[in-house]
Amino acid sequence: MSLNELWFLLIAVLFVGFFFLEGFDFGVGMETQILAKNDTERRILINSIGPFWDANEVWLITGAGAMFAAFPHWYATLFSGFYIPFVFALLALIARGVAFEFRGKRDSKAWQKTWDVCIFFGSFLPPFLLAVVFASFIKGLPIDKDMQMYAGFFDIVNAYTVVAGITVVLLCLVHGLMFTTIRTLGDLQERARKLAQKLLIPLAALLVAFVVMTYTMTDIFDKHGTLLWIVVILGVAAYLLAGYFMTKKKDGYAFGMTGAVMALSVASIFIGLFPRVMISSLDQAFNLTITNAASGQYSLKVMTIVALTLLPFVLGYQIWSYFIFHKRVHEKEHLEY
Amino acid sequence: MDTVLLSRIQFASTTIFHYFFVPVSIGLALIIAIMETMYVRKGNEEYKRMAQFWGKLFLINFAVGVVTGILQEFQFGMNWSDYSRFVGDVFGAPLAIEALLAFFLESTFIGIWIFGWDKVSKRIHLLSIWLVALGTMLSAFWILLANSFMQHPVGFTLNNGRAEMNDIFALITNGQLLVEFPHTVLAAYATGAFLVTGISAYKLLKKQDVAFFRKSFEIAAIVGVISSFGVAVAGHAQAQYLVETQPMKMAASEALWGESGDPAPWTVFANIDVKNQTNSNEVQVPYLLSFLSYSKFSGDVKGMLELQKEYEVAYGPGDYIPPVKTTFWSFRIMVAAGTLMMLFGVYAIYLMWRKKMDRPNTWFMRFMFWGLLLPPIANTAGWIMTEIGRQPWTVFGLMTTEDSVSPNITSGQVLFSVITFNAIYAILGAVLVGLFVKVIKKGPYAMDNEHGESHDPYNKEG
Repeated sequence: MSLNELWFLLIAVLFVGFFFLEGFDFGVGMETQILAKNDTERRILINSIGPFWDANEVWLITGAGAMFAAFPHWYATLFSGFYIPFVFALLALIARGVAFEFRGKRDSKAWQKTWDVCIFFGSFLPPFLLAVVFASFIKGLPIDKDMQMYAGFFDIVNAYTVVAGITVVLLCLVHGLMFTTIRTLGDLQERARKLAQKLLIPLAALLVAFVVMTYTMTDIFDKHGTLLWIVVILGVAAYLLAGYFMTKKKDGYAFGMTGAVMALSVASIFIGLFPRVMISSLDQAFNLTITNAASGQYSLKVMTIVALTLLPFVLGYQIWSYFIFHKRVHEKEHLEY
Repeated sequence: MDTVLLSRIQFASTTIFHYFFVPVSIGLALIIAIMETMYVRKGNEEYKRMAQFWGKLFLINFAVGVVTGILQEFQFGMNWSDYSRFVGDVFGAPLAIEALLAFFLESTFIGIWIFGWDKVSKRIHLLSIWLVALGTMLSAFWILLANSFMQHPVGFTLNNGRAEMNDIFALITNGQLLVEFPHTVLAAYATGAFLVTGISAYKLLKKQDVAFFRKSFEIAAIVGVISSFGVAVAGHAQAQYLVETQPMKMAASEALWGESGDPAPWTVFANIDVKNQTNSNEVQVPYLLSFLSYSKFSGDVKGMLELQKEYEVAYGPGDYIPPVKTTFWSFRIMVAAGTLMMLFGVYAIYLMWRKKMDRPNTWFMRFMFWGLLLPPIANTAGWIMTEIGRQPWTVFGLMTTEDSVSPNITSGQVLFSVITFNAIYAILGAVLVGLFVKVIKKGPYAMDNEHGESHDPYNKEG
C-alpha cells in the first residue's frame, strides 16, 4: 500500500469513526425534542452523552486536519467550494457545543428552552449538511482544471443529496435511540427502543432509495461493483440483525448493528470515490485523486509515523473513558447539565 | 468590498475572539491542576472546592474556546484555499498533529474530569486535569509551530509552486517557535492567573468568603508574577529574533522610517504621518532600542525606507511596509499592559510576604480587579502586532495575503459569514460574561449540594 492510499484509508476511518460516534450523540441531541417528555428526561439524555460528545467531535476536526495535511488540494477545494453549507454547519456546531454547557447554568425556563432549540438544530443540521456534502462528492461537482470548484445551489442541493441527508439524519436518530437504550433505564429506555423499531421501516425505505439512486445516478458501482455489493449485502444483514436484536431487547448488540449500518454507509462513499477524492462533473481529467491532491512523500511519511505512534494511545484512553462511564444514567444521581 | 478585505476581517475577528478564551483555558487549567494537587496531597476539602469553583468558570470558557476553534481550523480552507494549497504540506501537518495529540487528550479527559468526581479515584481525577493542562499546552505548541512557519519559513523546498516539507526537525526547532512558544504560553498562564486574582480581589473587596478567595488569590498571584516576568524575558528574546528575521516588522513597530542612529533610542510616543513617511512630536528613551534589539547599549536599527528598497530587490516591486500605526501602537499597548502586570504581581507578592493580605489596601484590590483585563489586552495587541506587522505576507517572503484568498468565493458569501459569525460572537461574549458574573456572585459555597449527599433533581431545575 502506498502512503497516499494509507492516508486515504486513514481519513476514511476518521470520518467513519466520526459518524459512528458523533452519530449517536447527534441522535440523542435530536431525541431531547422528540423523545423526552419533561426536563428531567431531557437532562438524563444530555448527561448520557455528556462525557463523550466533545471527544466524538474531535474525530471530525482530526479528519479535516488529516485532509489538510495529506491532501491539501482536497481540503482547499472542498472547504472553499462548499462555503455556505459549511457556514451553516459551523453555526450549528457552535450553538450546540455551548448549549450543552450553558443550558443548566441559569434557572429560567426561557433560557433552557433557547439552548434546547440550539441542541436540537445543532444535532440535526450538521449530519444533514455533511451527508449532503459527501453525497455530492460521488455525484460529481463542477471542478475546473485549476481544481477550483464553482458550484451552484442545485449542484449541491438536489434530490440525490437531500435523500442522503435525510437518510443519515434518520440513521443518527435510530443509532442515538439505541444508545439511549443502553445508557438509561425504565420508561425512557422502553420508549427509545419502541421509537427505534417504529423508524426501522421508513429508514429502510430511505436506504433502499439511496442505494438505487446511487446505482443509477453515479458511476461508483461501475468502478467498484463487487466491493460495493459486498458492502450493501453486509449493510442489509446488519440492518436485519439490528431489527432482530431490538425485538429481543438485546440493546447492546442492536446498538452495534445500527452503528455498523452507519459505518458501512459512510465507508461506501469512500470506497466509491477511491482513488479519486473529488469527482469533476466537467471532465474526468479534472478529478482530484489521491495522487494529484496529495502532499509530498516526506510529509506523508512524517505524518504516518506520528499517526501510527499516537493512535493506539488515543484509541486506548477513549475506550477507557467509555468504560468509566458505562453505568446507566438515572434521575437519582447528580445531573451535570 | 473585495473578498480579500472581507476574508481578512473574517480572519481577524475569528482569531481575536477565539484568542480571548484560549489563554484563559491554558492558564486556568494549570491553576486548577495546582489547586487539585494540593487537595489530593493535603486532603483539605477547601482546595477541592477551589478546583470546582474555578472549574465552573473554566468550563464555560472552555466551551466557547472549543467551538470557535472549529471555525478557526475550517476557515483556512474556506477563505484561504490558495494558501492551503500552497502550504498544506507544511501547515496541515502540525494542525493534524495538534488534533491527534492535543484535542483528543483535552476533550476526553475534560469529560472524565467533569463527570468523574465520584466515578474515578482521586488520583485518576487529578491526573485528568493535569492531562487537560498538558493538552492545552501541546495544542499551543503545534499551532504556534504552524504560525512560526508563517513568520519564518524553514524546513521546506519549493516544488511545483508548492512549499513541500523536507525537514520536520527544522520546523520543531524553528528559532521563531523557540521564542514565540514560551512567550505565548507564559502569557496564557498570566492570563489565567490575573483572572483568578482579579475575581478574588473583587470578592475580597466585598468581604465575601474571605478565606477562600485569599487562598485563591495567593496561589494565582504566585503563578501570575512568575509568568509575567517570564513573558517579558521571552518577549525580549523574541524582539531580538525579530530584528534578525523580520526587520520590517520591527521597524514598523518602532515607526522607524529612516536609520535609527547608533545607539538607537526607543520611541515612547510619536505622531505618525504615514503619507509623508515621517513622525513628529516624538518622545524617546535613549539607548533603549539598541538594548531591545541586541541586548547592548549600541548598534543601529534599519528603517522602513531602506528595508523597502532591499525587499524590492529581493521580492520584486511592491509595497512591503505594513500598516505602521497599527503595528506601532499595538506593540506599545502590549508592553504597557505587560509592565503593569509585573508591577501588580510584585506588589501582591510583597503583601503576601509581609503577611498583609488580611487587610490589603482597597485601592490595590481595585487595581487587581481591573487588572484581569490586562492580559487579554496584551494578548490581543501582541497578536495584532505579529500578524499585521507581517503584511503584505501570509508566509514571509513566499506568499502574499492577496494571493492566499480562495478564488472561487464571492464577496457576498464572505460578507454573509462575517455578519453571521460576528453576530454569534457578540451573543456568545455577552452570555459568557453574564454567566461568569452569575457564578461569581453565587460564590463557591452555592455548589454545596451539587455533589453532596442530596441528589434530588427536582430541587433545582437546571
